[in-house]
Amino acid sequence: MGFALNKTITVAKAINQALTAVFEQDDRVYLLGEDVLDPYGGAFKISKGLSSRWPERVLTTPISEAAFTGIAAGMALRGERPVIEIMFGDFITLAFDQILNHITKYNLMYGGNVDCPVVIRTPMGGGRGYGPTHSQSLEKFFIGVPGLNVVALNRFHNTNNFYSELILKEIKPSLIIENKQMYGRKYIGEVSEYKIFDVEYKGDLIPSVLFTPKSSSEIDVCLISYSGCGDIAIEAAEELLMENEIFTSVLILGTLSPLPLKAIEEFVEDVKQIVIVEEGSLVLGIGAEISAILMEQCFDKLKAPVQRIAAQGGVIPCAAEKEKIFLPGAKMVVDRVLDMLEKS
Amino acid sequence: MDLVEAYKKMFSIRLVEERLLDMFSQGLITGTVHTCIGQEVSAVGVIGSLVEGDIIVSNHRCHGHYLARYMDVKGLVSEIMGLESGICHGNGGSQHLYRSNFYTNGIQGGMVPAAVGMALAENKRNNSCISVVFIGDGTLGQGVVYESMNIASLWSVPILFVIENNMYAQSTPISLNLAGEIADRPRAFGIKTQQAGNDLAEIHSTAVSMSEYVRKERKPACMIINTYRLAAHSKGDDNRDEKELNYWKEKDPMLAVRDSLGPSIADDIEKECKDFVKSEIDGICIE
Repeated sequence: MGFALNKTITVAKAINQALTAVFEQDDRVYLLGEDVLDPYGGAFKISKGLSSRWPERVLTTPISEAAFTGIAAGMALRGERPVIEIMFGDFITLAFDQILNHITKYNLMYGGNVDCPVVIRTPMGGGRGYGPTHSQSLEKFFIGVPGLNVVALNRFHNTNNFYSELILKEIKPSLIIENKQMYGRKYIGEVSEYKIFDVEYKGDLIPSVLFTPKSSSEIDVCLISYSGCGDIAIEAAEELLMENEIFTSVLILGTLSPLPLKAIEEFVEDVKQIVIVEEGSLVLGIGAEISAILMEQCFDKLKAPVQRIAAQGGVIPCAAEKEKIFLPGAKMVVDRVLDMLEKS
Repeated sequence: MDLVEAYKKMFSIRLVEERLLDMFSQGLITGTVHTCIGQEVSAVGVIGSLVEGDIIVSNHRCHGHYLARYMDVKGLVSEIMGLESGICHGNGGSQHLYRSNFYTNGIQGGMVPAAVGMALAENKRNNSCISVVFIGDGTLGQGVVYESMNIASLWSVPILFVIENNMYAQSTPISLNLAGEIADRPRAFGIKTQQAGNDLAEIHSTAVSMSEYVRKERKPACMIINTYRLAAHSKGDDNRDEKELNYWKEKDPMLAVRDSLGPSIADDIEKECKDFVKSEIDGICIE
């Protein structure tokens, strides 16, 4: 191990190190997925090095998402701790029946007599020109599935804790949303400050990360986001403060389902405007669920209608310029906030 | 195999399922009930070839498999009645059963990969047990079955696929469902495959040789049982031709076992089973 390795690694490398650590700790851990063997090491190189050290526990599979997800379920039912990699988040639809009608059902329908702690990792998100079927953010379809944790990794999470908690300790199955663009970004990990923000971590299975502008007595705007869009929210919050003197805080959710109600409610107190930013499509998205909860639970605290920013409707285009205006960006967030504050 | 024990199991399974249909008509059970009336021979023949520690994965038509394994009439019927004392505390009902090494679910073919995964996991600790998964001819329409067969063969997984071909997928005859030959499908993946007719001795001896093959070789195998369901798919809804039904009723494999035992032994067994099933189920209804 080289010294100072942790200073400059990418998010992809940080995940790779976290998986290596859980493989070292526990021989119940397996990885199943397509093209995960060395020297290739997975389409996004997350599994690099694992199959060389643990050839019997890294199983490269045929292109059969339903089967290898179901196989992992069988292994988990008999006491193993399997992790599966769905190469692109879009392909998770092929395993949906296994997740909805099998993995998450076993404990509940068998009267609590079994556990099925499968961990499903998959990258969502666009921005790389992959187009309609390799760029989507489909996590909203899994929100509210009984018995399932849906968690989203951001580069401010401690990846070692994140993965070991879910793979080695958690008894419920978990779906981990990673992000394609974030894989190549610099990994940051747990910090107490970042640029103009103080940073705090808030409870839950996987913590939410709260960014508050330093030395701010009052917050004007709250942005709620997660995964890759969290970075967009931070960029927008910086710009709103530096260019417009609008104090904006950001909550990057770690756990999407069940939603961390307490963290969200605490966060929105005394602000003029709340905006939820997500990369998936708008209708019945995560923003829709959060805004419904805010309306039900803290209507009297809201000073303006909650706003949602999401991908445009339709398919995600391949063409780079078209994709750029299709998906949310920092400028879109800034413009919406300015527009709303002007109206209020 | 012990013919007396086998007949006890077959006859008890039939009594339980006939009683379940009665209870359904009386409103004591809600939801649905898929009986294996006419196919008990498959459950008893195959499961009779297994050893403790083997894993059994069944499907929506699972009562016979469960009873052939555990003869736990009370646990099963309480579960189907939705009682807290049922094996899954009433959450699973008829199609979603679990007990130690026995699992079922109501999605066609959905547990086939899980059966492969369980065999893989168990293989790591114990290289003598196997996994057995029951599916029907109707389930052969599902892609995940072939994904699982491919992987099972590729990875040398000790699993026995049992295809109970009763020639119907719910109400749809096999002629509208299935192209080519069933046996060609597992064989296409290099899986050793054998067929058995609707007869206890034949099913049992085939199951013994196939399960021994899987156990010793640590490779998958497939057995196809050509059988016939004498009752409706579920409850009372049956549109099959009466002549066809009568033809198969005369060939009920239960009658053949009864004949082999002779009427006096068979009568004694039947009486014993009737008393047992009645007292088990009456016990629950009184509680």
